[in-house]
Amino acid sequence: MPALKKCFHIKGRDFIHAGKASISVQNMLKQLNVAPSLIRRIAVCGYEGEMNAVMHGGDAVFSVEINTDRIVLEISDEGPGIADIDKAKEKGFSTAADEFREMGFGAGMGLPNMENNSDQMIIESEPGKGTVVRMFFETCETSGSQDG
Amino acid sequence: MKLFELAETLEATFICGENRENVGFDKVGASDLMSDILSALSEDGILLTGLATVQVVNTAVIAGVRAIVFVRNKKPNPGVIEMAREHEMPMLTTPYSMFVSCGRLYATGLTGLNGAR
Ligand SMILES: Nc1ncnc2c1ncn2[C@@H]1O[C@H](COP(=O)(O)OP(=O)(O)O)[C@@H](O)[C@H]1O
Ligand SMILES: [Mg+2]
Repeated sequence: MPALKKCFHIKGRDFIHAGKASISVQNMLKQLNVAPSLIRRIAVCGYEGEMNAVMHGGDAVFSVEINTDRIVLEISDEGPGIADIDKAKEKGFSTAADEFREMGFGAGMGLPNMENNSDQMIIESEPGKGTVVRMFFETCETSGSQDG
Repeated sequence: MKLFELAETLEATFICGENRENVGFDKVGASDLMSDILSALSEDGILLTGLATVQVVNTAVIAGVRAIVFVRNKKPNPGVIEMAREHEMPMLTTPYSMFVSCGRLYATGLTGLNGAR
């Protein structure tokens, strides 16, 4: 069966529209009768990734690819990139400005949340060029953990 | 507990979504950090927050919470209220502080998002 793919264009610093792509994907998956727990994991990963692109990255393409056995989210931005990816993934690490903290972000929990809620997360980044975050979700089993 | 009972407990008023006052829930999360809500088991719970931004509504929709309660009489701007209406996300506002709101709800027997008391 051919994959279903949808792309959304995200503007860096556009906090008014940030979140729309993830909510569209959430609705799309509901319509496709995907398991609610899997939809929630994908929505959380998408939204954290979308907010990261808007806050730390820049203009980005957000895409979802739906296959029978797996769903792939890809957020590819043209921002400043991440110099030390392992450091960026540490719980609590954040370079967010106060402006973002006032919106309730910048606790340094986005990448850890994305890693916990996806079956696999791969980040490719080159300083000065941009960042690509890919997250994979198996559709058959409900792995991926959540902290209470 | 139902939303209308929560409104009574917190002397809260509906900003929108009053038609969903019979929606039930049994757990509550209180935070101003969106990632906390996103990482917790927040679906079907209530979100108590002091932050009245567009990101709170998006976070609530993504996390699957049943309603948002703003403490200390906070109220988001009309654009944000309109968005919550579109997503059928009930929003309430209470005069009580975060501390007192949590205490009043806890006293009724509600639990945290992970079921702890
Ligand atoms: N798309 C991105 N482009 C550039 N830097 C990023 C990107 N995503 C994450 N980062 C960096 O990784 C850090 C940690 O990200 P995250 O865990 O989501 O926490 P937060 O967004 O709260 O800062 C960010 O503060 C930022 O320095
Ligand atoms: Mg983040």
